Amino acid sequence: MLLRHTSTEVKEREGLTINPAKTCQPIGAMYAALGIHGCLPHSHGSQGCCSYHRSTLTRHYKEPVMAATSSFTEGASVFGGQANLLAAIETIFAVYDPDIIAVHSTCLSETIGDDLQQITRKANDDGKIPEGKHVIFASTPSFIGSHVTGYANMVAGMADQFTVSTGEKKNQINIIAGWMEPSDMREIKRISQELGVKIVLFPDTSDVLDAPMTGKHEFYPKGGTTVEELKSTGDSLSSLALGCISAEPAAIALEKKCKVPFETLDIPIGLSATDRFIMALSKAGSVTVPDTITADRGRLVDVMADMEQYLYGKKVALFGDPDQLIPLTEFLLDLNMKPVHIVSGTPGQRFEKRMHQILETRAPGTNFKNGIGADMFLLHQWMKNEPVDLLIGNTYGKYMARDEDVPFIRFGFPILDRIGHSYFPSVGYSGGLRLLEKILTAILDRQDRDALEEKFELVM
Amino acid sequence: MRKVAIYGKGGIGKSTTTQNTVAGLAEMGKKIMVIGCDPKADSTRLLLGGLQQKTVLDTLREEGEEVELEDIIKDGYRKTRCTESGGPEPGVGCAGRGIITSVNLLEQLGAFDDEWDLDYVFYDVLGDVVCGGFAMPIRDGKAEEIYIVCSGEMMAMYAANNICKGILKYADTGGVRLGGLICNSRNVDNERQMIEELAKKIGTQMIHFVPRNNFVQRAEINRKTVIEYDPTHEQADEYRALAKKIDENKMFVIPKPLEIEELEALLIEFGIAN
Repeated sequence: MLLRHTSTEVKEREGLTINPAKTCQPIGAMYAALGIHGCLPHSHGSQGCCSYHRSTLTRHYKEPVMAATSSFTEGASVFGGQANLLAAIETIFAVYDPDIIAVHSTCLSETIGDDLQQITRKANDDGKIPEGKHVIFASTPSFIGSHVTGYANMVAGMADQFTVSTGEKKNQINIIAGWMEPSDMREIKRISQELGVKIVLFPDTSDVLDAPMTGKHEFYPKGGTTVEELKSTGDSLSSLALGCISAEPAAIALEKKCKVPFETLDIPIGLSATDRFIMALSKAGSVTVPDTITADRGRLVDVMADMEQYLYGKKVALFGDPDQLIPLTEFLLDLNMKPVHIVSGTPGQRFEKRMHQILETRAPGTNFKNGIGADMFLLHQWMKNEPVDLLIGNTYGKYMARDEDVPFIRFGFPILDRIGHSYFPSVGYSGGLRLLEKILTAILDRQDRDALEEKFELVM
Repeated sequence: MRKVAIYGKGGIGKSTTTQNTVAGLAEMGKKIMVIGCDPKADSTRLLLGGLQQKTVLDTLREEGEEVELEDIIKDGYRKTRCTESGGPEPGVGCAGRGIITSVNLLEQLGAFDDEWDLDYVFYDVLGDVVCGGFAMPIRDGKAEEIYIVCSGEMMAMYAANNICKGILKYADTGGVRLGGLICNSRNVDNERQMIEELAKKIGTQMIHFVPRNNFVQRAEINRKTVIEYDPTHEQADEYRALAKKIDENKMFVIPKPLEIEELEALLIEFGIAN
């Protein structure tokens, strides 16, 4: 009973968070930056920030994550970090030779008022950025928002600082990836190819954080959206932003700068969200949906229908990040399951509204909270008051699952104790099938474990 | 060792008043250290006869070098020990953090040690207490008595009242106390009565009324305190009087800052309305 101190009675709390369901902005910025080809993320702050973000990403992906830091000292925090960042830019290009440095700020550099725009411009004016190389930046103080905000800010930075509109339209669609795994990004590209729509996906961490073992260490793996691709997004016909929290800000930046119209969709997790994605992409690219995709859909629907009896009415508690929770909740409802407790540490009314929309008619009694006060402690308390049949969330959920003896599916960020998330997608119809299989396995394993001898079924 | 901090609105004459008072105390044979807590590093100019060459924080710019106390503390008028915190250029970095860092550094280097046999330490802090850094000198264990330089001008009184709010926060948990208001006259009507009344309402005293005298400026242009520039001048006696009152001061209180309405009523009663 590792969480034995969690009380059943839910009391109004004013200023305490216990086991937050979120982490720092820069980790999201660092993850997003890795989705640009040949990019070295740079943390403008003290060393500890950078170490934490690198190690958490490394633990989640089981891949080495490279990033540099401005290594603030006491002097830097008094005099400002400009000298450190200018020296860092010079050193990084000389020693590590990336195509791009993506700088994100930290609590310290934000509080003392370092202006990344001014410093990166000065780096450029002083000739510290070699010809053909780039430095982009995003403001990511951790005392605002969460890791999702940091991701959104860095992706918006890519759209804002790279794109140019040449005046000549390209027959391509931008897909702005909300926070998803490399496997998901790979799947988005595969689906688009199958549909026959030319897309530019950014950021794209496939072949970066799921790179194959070749016997040779690549400092900059072959994946990632290239600078040329990023620049060309300004000439695309339109953009699809996958995720209203993590991707839409970039779509807005692109519309503002290059007048590329956009549509915001949910990350295509589960049946309904994938349907909307396929329809939107086929419309944007003016293509008809091929039979192969319709067949993929049919297979998912078939399994949903076959196994519905085991899922019907099963109660689920889930926690994680807004852009995943929205379509996941909808999928659970499509499976006739009952999402009863939902928590996300990421603040924002947008999420609240969207969740309300989904839950309003289909699951009106659901406990739902995000932002301040929405932590794993609250979720755990809710679970004690109304027990569930399944818990879905990141690795930190294992403590609750163990204490409450509830089947647990790892989903979201970070997953530090299992693999698979970077290799098997959860988006698209096949991703839906994978999620469904995981849910079924968890539920049926539990049914087997608890079954009386006379009810222990061979065929299920 | 008495540890004193001088606060007040920007431009009110804190540094001038501090240095002239310190000169008065030095004349009485007291051993004093003055710590300028302003990034401009001009709080010890009159005592040193020119600007301090190297500030405490300058030593951080050249990290790796061994910092010696002699590099950053210079003897000024009558062996007063003068040091400047220094800080970033305007518009960059964090001046508040700078003050925290420099006070810590001075402690580490032993600037307050017994061997210096100090009777007084004066912190001269810039402008308003805008953030936590500027309150460093009044944290527990640092300055224990505070004097606020003000005048009869509304904004100066407003600032004085605000500073009291800052002191209150630390006085509740620590040992810091308000020693009084120093009125650095701007020749405002009824100035003396008004500040006396303000002091009374806050629960303190107007410890001295320093009349306006252009001679202060002349001494300043010559990079000297009045006492050094012309010991016989009448203004020199004013600073001597202030120094003596501070040395003999026994009234240390936790201030009771006024509500803004009360402050405005005070101004109407004594000044503007007449």
